[in-house]
Amino acid sequence: MLDAIDRKIIEATQAGLPLTPEPYQAIADDLGLTADEVMTRLSAMQASGIIRRIGAVPNHYKLGYGYNGMTVWDIPDDRIDELGRQVGQLEFVSHCYHRPRHLPDWPYNLFAMVHGKTQADVDRQIKQIADLLGDCNRGSDVLYSTKILKKTGFRSRPRSAPSDTTGS
Amino acid sequence: MDNLDKRIINALQGGFPVCDAPFRQVSLTLNITEAELLIRLRNLRANGILTRFGPLYNAEQMGGALTLAAVKAPEDRFDEIADIINAFPEVAHNYARQHTLNMWFVIATETPGQVRQTIEAIEEQTGLTVYNMPKIKEYFVNLKLEA
Repeated sequence: MLDAIDRKIIEATQAGLPLTPEPYQAIADDLGLTADEVMTRLSAMQASGIIRRIGAVPNHYKLGYGYNGMTVWDIPDDRIDELGRQVGQLEFVSHCYHRPRHLPDWPYNLFAMVHGKTQADVDRQIKQIADLLGDCNRGSDVLYSTKILKKTGFRSRPRSAPSDTTGS
Repeated sequence: MDNLDKRIINALQGGFPVCDAPFRQVSLTLNITEAELLIRLRNLRANGILTRFGPLYNAEQMGGALTLAAVKAPEDRFDEIADIINAFPEVAHNYARQHTLNMWFVIATETPGQVRQTIEAIEEQTGLTVYNMPKIKEYFVNLKLEA
């Protein structure tokens, strides 16, 4: 579980790492810790999955990926984990989830976001997913976003008091 | 954006070392100087080609809660519904999509109970049914968008 020092480190790095030669030392200086302690804790959070990865996140559109589709599929429940794992491994899929159906209007339970530079790219990607799913694809749709109505970062204000974490 | 920018973006999507001088380590693999790498990264951040550079945290692992939800907003009330939904600070993203379920948004809160409360408040204020689609399972992805 996270303790108060972890949460301070999360808070200090949520907006990003300082772009200076010794970024972990810079964070440590701000928090009154040693660089070793910051690095040890970041590595531990990476190992436990609290940090998905450390690295760069590009803006899809600025890299020329203007075609972003949410593909949705109706997959038999007893096959979805096996097939979901395979779809997630395709190199153009950025998110892949099993989500609940809402019958009758929403029969889809597998969601995969795909990204291409042209409509033809995305069409090819969708066909590749359909081929992989084969007979287990009982229906599908693609929802393209037409407008971003709101986009803010996830401001996951981490609770700083250690008592909060032990109480949950 | 030139070829070096692209090499930097491609190299840094895969991960970043945790060590005393991580930029120096990365710069060696790219055959450039540490100073050049830092200048390039500052520019890529400043002009928005990189939206973030650093640790990507998993909100749910930190005790937070997330869900994806959708509504069928009638065309003549679309803007009004968007305004109501966007006014919730718990709504992190909201996208218009081509479907009868035409408005899709992500709710991010500190506890699962707050997700339920937000959905109930949106249903009450809009008069619409919110289709709640929390993830049952997340499948590992390995995406790198080639720059």
